[in-house]
Amino acid sequence: MAIELKKTDVLIIGMGATGGVAALPLTQAGLEVIGLEAGTWLSPSDFAPDELRNNYRGWPQLVQKANHEVPTHRRRDGAPYSPRPSVHPMMNAVGGTTIHYWAQSWRLNPWDFKVVSATTARYGASRIPSGSTVEDWPFGLEELEPYYDKVEYEVGISGQAGNVAGKLDERGNVFEGARAREYPMPPLHGTGFTAMMADAAKAIGAHPFPGPAAINSRNYEGRPGCMYHGWCDRGGCPVNAKSATSVTTIPKALATKRLKIVTRAQVTRIEVDAKGRASGVTYLRDGKSYFQPAHVVLMGCFTYENVRLLLLSKSKMFPDGLSNAHGQVGRHYMTHNSYGSVSALFPENLNNWYGLPAQGIAVDNWADDNFDHSGLDFIGGVNLWAMNARRPIAAASSETFGMAKGWGADWKAFIRQNADRIHHAYMQKTTLPYEVNYLDLDPVVKDPLGDPVIRITADYQENEKRVTRFAQEKMAAWYKAAGAVAVRMTGNDGVMGIGAHAYGGTRMGDNAQTNVADRWGFSHEVPNLGVMGASLMGTSGSRNPTLTVQALAWRTAQHLTENWKERAG
Amino acid sequence: MGKSSDDKTPKGHSRRDMFKLAGAASALAGSGIAQAQGAPPVAAPREALETLTAAEAEILEAFCARLIPSDANGPGAREARAAHYIDRALGGALASAREAYRSGLMSLDAQARASQGAPFSALGAQIQDAMLTEIEKTDPGFFSMVRQHTLQGTFCDPYYGGNAGFVGWDLLSYPGIRMAVSEQDEAMNANPAPVRKSAYDFPMFDRHSAGIADRISAPMDQAHMPFGMGDTKNGH
Repeated sequence: MAIELKKTDVLIIGMGATGGVAALPLTQAGLEVIGLEAGTWLSPSDFAPDELRNNYRGWPQLVQKANHEVPTHRRRDGAPYSPRPSVHPMMNAVGGTTIHYWAQSWRLNPWDFKVVSATTARYGASRIPSGSTVEDWPFGLEELEPYYDKVEYEVGISGQAGNVAGKLDERGNVFEGARAREYPMPPLHGTGFTAMMADAAKAIGAHPFPGPAAINSRNYEGRPGCMYHGWCDRGGCPVNAKSATSVTTIPKALATKRLKIVTRAQVTRIEVDAKGRASGVTYLRDGKSYFQPAHVVLMGCFTYENVRLLLLSKSKMFPDGLSNAHGQVGRHYMTHNSYGSVSALFPENLNNWYGLPAQGIAVDNWADDNFDHSGLDFIGGVNLWAMNARRPIAAASSETFGMAKGWGADWKAFIRQNADRIHHAYMQKTTLPYEVNYLDLDPVVKDPLGDPVIRITADYQENEKRVTRFAQEKMAAWYKAAGAVAVRMTGNDGVMGIGAHAYGGTRMGDNAQTNVADRWGFSHEVPNLGVMGASLMGTSGSRNPTLTVQALAWRTAQHLTENWKERAG
Repeated sequence: MGKSSDDKTPKGHSRRDMFKLAGAASALAGSGIAQAQGAPPVAAPREALETLTAAEAEILEAFCARLIPSDANGPGAREARAAHYIDRALGGALASAREAYRSGLMSLDAQARASQGAPFSALGAQIQDAMLTEIEKTDPGFFSMVRQHTLQGTFCDPYYGGNAGFVGWDLLSYPGIRMAVSEQDEAMNANPAPVRKSAYDFPMFDRHSAGIADRISAPMDQAHMPFGMGDTKNGH
């Protein structure tokens, strides 16, 4: 029997990117909040610059819950399983994946909110790929702008604005939607390599600019600026220059004395009462089972766990899983299109050994609908990103451009000369949701508690493959303009498996037949159950999702504080 | 992940004890006492193994040494002690690969004995290369696993028992870990001077948690990481 605890106002599952943000407006409004977190607090001494541990062994998290719940993948119904990765891209800790993420912190472009209507208006309805379940978001960028702004200042984002209140600034992304004001900090500084790539971008008629990052470029709210040591691509920041929620919004929420965080708490089910409202959650901690009642439950897990928890939380009223009366939980699933890659070999050392993934130069000319698609056979596009980040094991594991096989004396000679001359493109490409791509519970593979893990059924469709080929050509042209002596592209090797950017599964929209959550992020079926995270997003955009999910989380939390009686019942 | 057990070998000896034993053995071998007393000369004893059998270790050493040979381009996997890294890791973080190593190495050796009439480790480099080229085709899973772990053992932080003397980092001209990097350090032709330090030589980092990472058999063997994790394709 679960031990029943005292009821709280709001219970948040997961103290990561979204839960860690939502706790702030809730507690500031006077609500009592309990945050259940599967991981632990980590300290700067846990964030060693250790490639083997961070990039190959799935640390720094101490609690390995996520690694026991890695989803399975198959390309389509009836297809065999793909090889299953052994490490989950997410991590369990207070601060969650904002501890070890790359921290690129983009706003979506205006087009991403209205893919259907804008495409139809400009090119005709026939340009929406067949089989796609894409819908417009229930609101546009202008609705989310104040929340983006709030998060940029409360979390701490560095960057160069490209459009302040309609006034374009060439130093930033001129394709971004209008923002109310500048970023709170200037962008991270560039490197010799990013300067070279910026010049090359201009030479091919593109518009390079430094991307936004949740990393301090100078002192901000008592935390220091970045030291550029370059180990934050899968590790935490030892000086707290990275704006993880564990050092930004969570401490501010704790200072109100109205947030209580329970670490090592593994939530297993969301419970409902006789009226079909969420009554609280059951969780395990140190082998004991607890029931934590709450007026409102907010889910703040990663996409896979948000979907899994809903599907596992079956009851008489919700026999197919919570909030799943229309079979929408798990639908409209996407991961960022990583079909096809581009690598370049340069004739001189790039000195990429230091610096970080967020210290890059971006080109947005061919993203979203920033260019004319009239003569093209796809919609959407790519954000191209050239960054400074290299570590020894990864450098030695690099490809050899057909100049040597993967081992032996020739390989050694190649890698000795070229370890610092190779660059891999980071291309984030539009992905759309399709009827055939979805998440459900795996019928065979289970976690250590005996609960099924998520099964991904997904493959890239024709639009994604065409975007990829277009993106590869643009990236190759950029590399060649920068002096690359060899450029290599791969195709046909993309597996739409587990991804760090996983979207959909609890999509947000006004139509309850096709969406799990309403325009505020609350369940259409369970009015006191909110969902936060990229599982709400109906389009991927062509850039990192974290800032968007944090803005959505703030908006959901603020809506709750302003509609407390209606939501809490 | 108990605090008390994370530096223990599977047999319950602490690693420090094992090093002491090994050190004592080498000291004895180097002293010339055995020869002086008229006994026949003996081969230098192998350092104590943690997981592999002596026979397995011999095959693995030879395998690693062909993947990253010692040659005119400098020291290779042998000097980096990649096989030592793998032996250690198979008792902890890579424990799930222990059986694959046993069967893969013994099968390679059996083939060497059958086709060449000698153990794999005793064959010439050319014949070893030919056999590994064959294994790469016939048992690509095993080959790529050993290759990946040899890369780890040659280029990892020396804390884990590989990259001895920083020979791996020197091979790549990787200038090492710096805690603060200036804008000048990131210029194209900066050539920062090499820093030969483990992460755990910086007092601010917790060796204990790295020790846990090293000893726990977590689901961490990334030999089968097909989706670009750990590289730039699918980062955050």
